[in-house]
Amino acid sequence: MRRILLASLAPISAIVFSLIVASIALMLVGRSPITAFGAMWDFARTSTSVASMINRAVPLYISAVAVAVGFQMGLFNIGVEGQYLLAALFAGWVGGNIVLWAPLHIAVILAVAIIVGMTWSGIAGALKVTRGVHEVISTIMLNFIGFSVIAFLLLNYFKDPNGSSLNLATPPLPPSGQLPNLNWLFGALGFSEPRGIDLHGFAVFAIVVGVFYYLLVWRTRFGYELRASGINPGAARMAGVDPNRMIMNTMLISGGVAGLVGLAAVFGNLQSYTQDFPRNLGFNGIAVALLGRNHPVGMALGALLFGFMDRSALILDLKDTPKEVVTIMQGVVVLAVVIAYEVVNRFIERLEIRSAAEATREAVEGAAA
Amino acid sequence: MTEPRDAVELEGITKTFPGVVANDDVDLTVREGEIHAIVGENGAGKSTLMKILYGMQSPDDGVIRIRGDVVHFRSPKDAIARGIGMVHQHFMLADNLTVLENLVLGSEPRRGPALDFESARTRIVELGSLYGMPLDPDELVETLTVGERQRVEILKVLYRGADILILDEPTAVLVPQEVDELFKNLRRLKDEGVTILFISHKLEEVLAIADSITVMRQGRTVATVSPADVDVHQLAELMVGSELPTPETTESTVTDVVELSVVGLGSRNEDGRWDIEDITFDIHRGEVVGVAGVEGNGQSALVDTLLGVRRADAGSISLAGSDITEASTRDRRGAGVGIIPADRHRQGLLLPAPLWENAMLGHQWLVPYAKGPWVDKKGARDRTAEIIDRFGVIAPGPDVPAVALSGGNQQKLIVGREMIAEPSLLVAAHPTRGIDVGAQADVWDEIRNARRAGLAVLLISADLEELLGLSDTLYVIFRGRFVAQLDPRTVTPDELGAYMTGVGVSR
Amino acid sequence: MTDMRTEIETSSAPAWAANRWMRLAALIIGGVLLLAVVQSVSDTSELTTSGTWAAALRLSVPIMLAGLGGMFSERSGIVNIGLEGMMIAGTWFGAWAGWSYGPWQGVLLGVAGGAVFGLIHAIATVTFAVDHIVSGVAINILAAGSMRFLSVVTYTPESGGGATQSPGIKSQIATFDVPVISDFFNWLEAKRIFFVSDASGIIAGLTSNLSWLTVIGLAIVPLSWWVLWRTAWGLRLRSCGENPYAAESLGVPVLRMKYYGVVISGALAGLGGAYLVVVQAGIYREGMTAGRGFLGLAAMIFGNWNPVGTMVGSTLFGYADALRLRQNEAVHALLLAVAIVLVLLAVWSAIRRRYTPAIFEGIFGVLFFTWYITTDSVPSQVVAATPYLVTLLVLAIATQRLRMPAADGLRYRKGEAV
Repeated sequence: MRRILLASLAPISAIVFSLIVASIALMLVGRSPITAFGAMWDFARTSTSVASMINRAVPLYISAVAVAVGFQMGLFNIGVEGQYLLAALFAGWVGGNIVLWAPLHIAVILAVAIIVGMTWSGIAGALKVTRGVHEVISTIMLNFIGFSVIAFLLLNYFKDPNGSSLNLATPPLPPSGQLPNLNWLFGALGFSEPRGIDLHGFAVFAIVVGVFYYLLVWRTRFGYELRASGINPGAARMAGVDPNRMIMNTMLISGGVAGLVGLAAVFGNLQSYTQDFPRNLGFNGIAVALLGRNHPVGMALGALLFGFMDRSALILDLKDTPKEVVTIMQGVVVLAVVIAYEVVNRFIERLEIRSAAEATREAVEGAAA
Repeated sequence: MTEPRDAVELEGITKTFPGVVANDDVDLTVREGEIHAIVGENGAGKSTLMKILYGMQSPDDGVIRIRGDVVHFRSPKDAIARGIGMVHQHFMLADNLTVLENLVLGSEPRRGPALDFESARTRIVELGSLYGMPLDPDELVETLTVGERQRVEILKVLYRGADILILDEPTAVLVPQEVDELFKNLRRLKDEGVTILFISHKLEEVLAIADSITVMRQGRTVATVSPADVDVHQLAELMVGSELPTPETTESTVTDVVELSVVGLGSRNEDGRWDIEDITFDIHRGEVVGVAGVEGNGQSALVDTLLGVRRADAGSISLAGSDITEASTRDRRGAGVGIIPADRHRQGLLLPAPLWENAMLGHQWLVPYAKGPWVDKKGARDRTAEIIDRFGVIAPGPDVPAVALSGGNQQKLIVGREMIAEPSLLVAAHPTRGIDVGAQADVWDEIRNARRAGLAVLLISADLEELLGLSDTLYVIFRGRFVAQLDPRTVTPDELGAYMTGVGVSR
Repeated sequence: MTDMRTEIETSSAPAWAANRWMRLAALIIGGVLLLAVVQSVSDTSELTTSGTWAAALRLSVPIMLAGLGGMFSERSGIVNIGLEGMMIAGTWFGAWAGWSYGPWQGVLLGVAGGAVFGLIHAIATVTFAVDHIVSGVAINILAAGSMRFLSVVTYTPESGGGATQSPGIKSQIATFDVPVISDFFNWLEAKRIFFVSDASGIIAGLTSNLSWLTVIGLAIVPLSWWVLWRTAWGLRLRSCGENPYAAESLGVPVLRMKYYGVVISGALAGLGGAYLVVVQAGIYREGMTAGRGFLGLAAMIFGNWNPVGTMVGSTLFGYADALRLRQNEAVHALLLAVAIVLVLLAVWSAIRRRYTPAIFEGIFGVLFFTWYITTDSVPSQVVAATPYLVTLLVLAIATQRLRMPAADGLRYRKGEAV
C-alpha cells in the first residue's frame, strides 16, 4: 500500500505542477484557469467524450507499451513514430485491397502491421548488434527515412486511384476488414450510447497488448532476462543471456507492438492510411511510458489522461480559450514526471537501504541471541 | 631544516553513509616532509578519509588542520589551494585528451582567454626532467602504459604546486619494476620537502617506504607506529585484529578424472592483441587449480573465455570430455560451469532486484526457478530461502533487494546459488575480495567441501595465502600466458613473486 | 633529456598542420573536379552553378548551427536530442521579434528562446540527472506545444497571422557581394570553361548576395573550434564530456560547465531557427524546422563531433537539398558522383589491405552506378531521405573512425566517483 502511494507520488505531483504551469499560462493571456478546467471537466463527462477519450488513449497506450518493452532493458526505441506510420501504410494498403473471411482479413491486417513494424525496428536492432550503432541515433534516422518511403509509396503505388487527389489515401477497408464498434458497452453499463463518435472495437486489442506485456515482462523467463539485462548487462551476460540476441528480440517485439499503433486509426475513423494520418503518437507514447513508469496499469492511466486532455480541450475553443494550453500541459507533465521520479527514487532508495539495513541488523542480533 | 611541524592534523573526523559508518572519530597527524602510510583492509575507511582530506566529501564532524590552520574544504579546489594533491587509485584521466591537457586542466596557464600551450609545454618538460619522469606533452593519454599514466597523475599534482601528496593504493596496478621506480620517485619527492600520504594494504611495501604508519580498522585509527618498531605480522594483527586465518586444505582429493581440459587457448581483444595466449591446463575432479598473477595479466580474459562471454580465437576447451569451445554461455552453464565473478556488483548481482531474482540468475531456465517458459516465483523464493539458510546469508528474507546486503553476505549469496546447483566446474575469481574475515572463512570452507565432493575448481586470486592454502596445483599467469606450474606445498612466496613479475621468463 | 626535446620538436605543430591543410585543399579540388566531370558527361548544368551553391549555403547554415549547438552540449557530456525543440523556439521568437521590432532583434530573441529551452534541458539532465534522451524528447514535445499556444494567442488576431503562422517580419537583413571576387568569378563562370567555370560558379555562389547573418553563422565554425580547443574554458568543457570525475577532482566546476554547454547548445540551435525565419522564410510557419534539428545532430555525428566536420556534413546535406529544390534531374547526376567516390574508396581500401570495407564500398559503388544507368531521375522523397541514409551508412561503415566524447550521455552526479 505504501509502495503504491509512493509510486503515485511522482505522477500526481507532476500533474499538479503542470496544472499550475498551464494556469499561469492561461492567466498570462487573461483567461480564467478555473473556468477553463471546469468546462473541460464538464465536457468530458458525456458518453461521447468518454468514447472519444478511449479512442485517443488506445494508440497512445500501445505506443507506450512498445517503448516500455525497450526501456525494460535500457533500449530506447524512439523509432516508434516511423514504425507505426510505415506499418499502418502497409496494413491499410493490404487491408484495402483484399476481401477475405472477416476474422482472417483482420488477422492479415494485424500480421502485416506487426511484420512491417518489426522489419523497421529490426534494422535498428541489427545495426546495433552488428555495427554498434546506437539505437537512438539509428531510429531517429530511420524515422525520417520512413517518412520519405511513405510519401514515395503512397504517391506512386499505394494510393486509391478512385480517391481524392487532395488527401491521398489507400483504398478504404472493405466490410470484411472492419471491426465492429463497442458502443453497446455503454448501454450494458447503463449509460447512454455515444453520439457521433463510435467507441472503436480496436480498444480490445489495447487490452490484449497490455496483458501480453505484463505476462511477458513479469511472468516469463524472457521477461526476467530482459529486466536482468536492463539492470546489469554484465551480470546477465555471465548468467548466459546473450546480449545481442536480447537486443535483437527486444527491438523486434518493440517494433511489432509499435506496428499496431496506427491500426487504431485504420480500424477506427479513417478506414485507410491517409496523407494526414495522425502523427506524433510515437513521441507521445514515450511520454505516456514515462508517466506510467513502464507499468501496464500506470501507462493505461497515463494514456487515458492524455486522451482526456486531448478530448476535453475541444470545448475550450468555444470558451474563447486557446485549447493548445493542453499541449503545454502534456509537455510539462513529461518533464516534471521524470524529474519527480528522480527525486522520489532517491528518497525511496535511501529509505529502502535504511530499512533493509535495520532488518539485517535485527537478523544479526537475532542470530547472535 | 628546523624542527618538523605537522603538515596535516585530522581530529575527530566522522563520516556516515546510509547504513555504514565509514569514519568514526578518526585522528591522524602527519609530520611535514615524511612519508606517512595508512594501512587497513578494504572498507576500513582509508579512502573515505582521504576523500575528506581532499575536499571530495565533507565530514559530518571533526576538524581538519593544515599546518596549524583550521580549514573547511568544500571542493578539491580548496584543497588544491592549500597545496594538497591526490593521485587516485583508479586513474582520473581523460583518454582522449593529450598529456598536456590532462596536466593543466583546472589550472591552465593563459594568455588572455587562450590557453598558453607554449609555457605549459615548457613547464611540463621541466618538471619531468626535474623528477626523472619524462613525458611527451602532446601524446594522447590513451596510448600510454599504466606506469606512464601514473606518472601523469603524479605530475598533475606536482604541476599544481602540491607539497602534500595523497597516493591511494598507487602500487595496486604496477608491476614490481614499476613499483621500484615509483618508490625512487617518491624518495626524491620527499627529499624536495614534499609530504606524502601513502595508502596501501600491502604491508611489505609500506614497511619499505614509510616513515610512520597509521593503521585503520572498521573506520577507526587503531595505532600509529614506526616501521622500525614493527614487523609484518604485528602490523597485520593490528590491521585485522587477530591472526590472519590461514586456509589449509587437508589431504588431497584429486581424482584421475579430467573435468576441464584447456589446450592452447588464446583470445584477442578489439585491437587484435592477444589478451591470453597458448594457455594449456587440466583440472581433475576434486582438484583446485590456482592461478596467481599481478592483476591485469589476462585473468579476466581467461575467465570470460572459459565462460564463453568472450570468443576463443585459438585452442580448445573441453568439459567432461565434450568440446565446448564454440558453446554459448548458456550451454556452458547448463553443462555445469559455475562462476563466482571477480566483480560481484558488475558481473554477479542485480542490486535493486529482490534476492530471489538474484538467486536464479544464471540458472533461470532450471527447476525450481522456472516452469517451461514461465518464471516459477514460488519455487524461486523457496530455493532462495534454502540458500539463505544453508549458506548462512544474513538477510531478512528472499524479498529484500540485494543492495541491502553487506558485501560478505552478497558474496555468500553468490556462492550459495552456484553451489546449490551442484556444478561440476567452479570458476572462482577473487572469491573473497573485499569481504570480512568471517565471510572469507565461510567461502573457503564451501570451496573445500565442494572439492571433497568431487568439484573441479579454477581459483583466480590476488591473495597469495588463499591461493597457496586452497590450491592443489598452481599456475602463474604473466602477460596472458601461463609461465610456470608450481607445487603450492613447496613453493615459496619469493619464488612465486619472481614468476608473477616476469623475472626469469624468457620470451 | 635532450633527446626527448628534439623528438618533441620534430613532431611539433607546423609540418603536421600544413599537411592537414594540404589534404583539405586536395580534397576540395578533387571534389570540384569530380563534379565538373560528372556534369560534363550527364545532362545537367546545375551541379556547380552559383545559384545552386548560394542556395546550398543558405540551406546548410541552419543545419550547421544546430549541429554546432549539439557539439557544445555533447562535448560537455550531455546528449541533446532536444535540438529540434530548441530550434522551434528559435523560429517562433525570431519571427515574433522580427515582426515586432526588426530582423536583428529577431535574431537576438531567437537565440534567447533557444537558450531558454537549453536551460530547461540543463536543469533536467544536469541538476536532476534525468536521462538525456528522455529529457530531449520532452523538450521537443514541450517546445512544439508551447509555440503552438503562443501562436494562437499572439498571431491569430493579426492580419497575415494565424494559429500556425506569423505575419511577415519587418525587413530582411542586408545582403552584400564580396567586392571584386564576386564579380570576377561570376564573369568567369559565364565563360563555360571546363573545371575553371565550375570552380568559379561555386566561389561565386558562396560570395554573392551574402546575408550578414550567413557570415556570422560561418564565423562561428572557426570561433567554436578556437574556443573548444584553444582556450582554458574549452578544455574544461571538453574534459567534462571525456571524464567528468577527473575534471571534478581538479576543481573544474563540472555542473556549471555542463550548464554552459547545454545553454550554448540551445542558443546556437535558436540562432539556426532564427536564421530560417530571418534569412529564408520571412515568417514563422509551424513545422518550418522540418527536422533540421535532427539533421544538425546527424551532421554533428557525420563530422565526428568537430566543428569543421559538422560544417562539411551540413554542406553535404544542404547541397543535396538545394539540388532537389532547383533541379531534381541534377540529383540524378549526383548518383554517378557517389558511385565514382565509392569505387575510389574501394580501391583505396584495397590498397591499404582493408578488404571488408573495400568489398562493401565496391558493391555499393556498383549499385549506385547501376541505379544511375537504369533510371532517368531520382524521386524527390529519396533525396529528402539522403542525409539520414548517409548518416546511417557512415555510422554503420565507419564506426571505428567516429569518436564521441567518452562520457557523453552518461549520468553524472557530483562526488560519485569510485
